[in-house]
Amino acid sequence: MHRLLKVTLTGIATAPLAGTALAADLSVKVELPQLNVAEYHKPYVAVWVEHADQTPVQTLAVWYDGKKRNNEGTKWLKDIRQWWRKAGRDLTVPADGISGATRAPGEQALTFSDGKAPLGKLAAGEYALVVETAREAGGHELVRVPFTWPPKDAATASGKGEHELGSVTLNLKP
Amino acid sequence: MKNLSLKKWLPLSMLAVTALLPLEAQAHRQWLLPSATVLAGNDPWMTVDAAVSNDLFDFENFPLKLDGLQITAPDGSAVQAEGASTGHLRSVFDLQLKQQGTYKIAVTTTAVMASYKLNGENKRWRGDVQALAKEIPADATDLKVTQMDARIETFVTRGKPTTSVFKPSGKGLELAPITHPDDLVAGTPASFRLLFDGKAAANLKVTIIPGGKRFRDQVGDFVVNTDADGKFSVKWPNAGLYYIGAETTDNASATKPATERRANYGATVEVAPQ
Repeated sequence: MHRLLKVTLTGIATAPLAGTALAADLSVKVELPQLNVAEYHKPYVAVWVEHADQTPVQTLAVWYDGKKRNNEGTKWLKDIRQWWRKAGRDLTVPADGISGATRAPGEQALTFSDGKAPLGKLAAGEYALVVETAREAGGHELVRVPFTWPPKDAATASGKGEHELGSVTLNLKP
Repeated sequence: MKNLSLKKWLPLSMLAVTALLPLEAQAHRQWLLPSATVLAGNDPWMTVDAAVSNDLFDFENFPLKLDGLQITAPDGSAVQAEGASTGHLRSVFDLQLKQQGTYKIAVTTTAVMASYKLNGENKRWRGDVQALAKEIPADATDLKVTQMDARIETFVTRGKPTTSVFKPSGKGLELAPITHPDDLVAGTPASFRLLFDGKAAANLKVTIIPGGKRFRDQVGDFVVNTDADGKFSVKWPNAGLYYIGAETTDNASATKPATERRANYGATVEVAPQ
C-alpha cells in the first residue's frame, strides 16, 4: 500500500514536466540589509505564496540554522510567526528543495517554475509573494508583493521593508 | 577526534554558560523579573523569576543560577529568599517585605575565564578563582586569565521608597540611583549614576531595553552614555518593564593571576504609566 502510494505520487509529480516548455517563471530577489548592530546573526527567512485573502498556498523557501547541535536551530522557526501559523508548523524540516542555511546580507535570488516543486501548478488567480524575516537579538519584518498568475507578459512587482528587509522584487515571465 | 573533544567540552560549557554567558555573548542577558516593584499593605509578598535569554523577559534559554543571590532589607540586614527553585528555563523565589522601604535584590557572580595551550591544543576553562590553580595543568602554556564580575539587580519597595540599600559595595559595576528606581514614570526623565569599583564610571554606554519584545517587530532598545561623573539620564518612552545594562573592561584592576578584567551590570526596573 505504502509503496503503491509512493509510485502514484511520483507519477503526479513528474506529469507536469511534460509541459514545462511553456511554463511560467517566478523569480524573487530579496535584499537582506547590512545592519550596523553590536551583535548580528543572519536572519531566519521564509518565502511563500498566498492567496489574495492571505490563506497560504505554498512555502517556497525557509532559511534557518540547521547546523546546531541536536537540530536546536529549529527552536526559533516559530519566530517567523505569520509563516509559522500558516504553514511552518505543518512543514517538517529539513524540507527538500525548500529549506536551506541562513544567508548573508546582500541580494539573494531565487527562481521557481510553474509546475515544478516547490511552486507546483498554480491555478489562475490573484496571489501575493510574502517574505518574512526574524533575526536573533533583532527585529521581525514582513513584505507582501501581490501578483496575478499566470502572467500574460513579463512583469515586475516589488515591495520594500524598513528595518529587517530591503527591497523584495518579483519578476514574472510567461 | 575533533568531535569527541567537542562533546567532552559541551556539558562543562553548558554549566558555565548558565552563570557567565552575558560576559561572552551580548545577546544572552541575565535578568531578574519582579512580579511587582511597588507594594503596599501588611507584610506583602512578591516573587522573582531569574533567567538568561535573548529576548526580554522571555524564559527561552537557561535559568539564572541563584548561588550569588543577596537580598538586602531597608535596614541593611540580609533577607533569605523563600521557595527558591531552579527549573529548566528559569529560577524562582519569593520574598516577604516585612519592613517598610526599599529592598535590593542582587545576583552577583565573580569568576575567572582561563584560556591556555596544552600540547599545542587550545583549551578554555571557567570557574571560581580558588579552583584555578587546581584546574589548570602545570605544563599549560600561554595562560591568559580574565576576571569577570557580574551584578544583576532589581529593587522593590513597600510603602515609601528609601535609599539605604543604594550604598555601593565598591566592587564592579553598580547603580547609584539619583531618581529612585521604584519611582519611574513614562515620559518623565530619570537619572542615575553608574559606578565602577565605587568610582564614577565615565563615558560608558548604557543600553536600555524594553520588555515584551515578543509582541513587537523591533527590539526598541536605545543607548545613552554616562558623563564624566558617571551620570546618565533616561526618558522612558512607555510604561513597562525595562532592562538597564552596561559593561566595561579594566585590565589595570585585574586581580592576579588575571591580567584582564570585565564587569557587567544589569537591572530590571518598572516604569509606571502617568
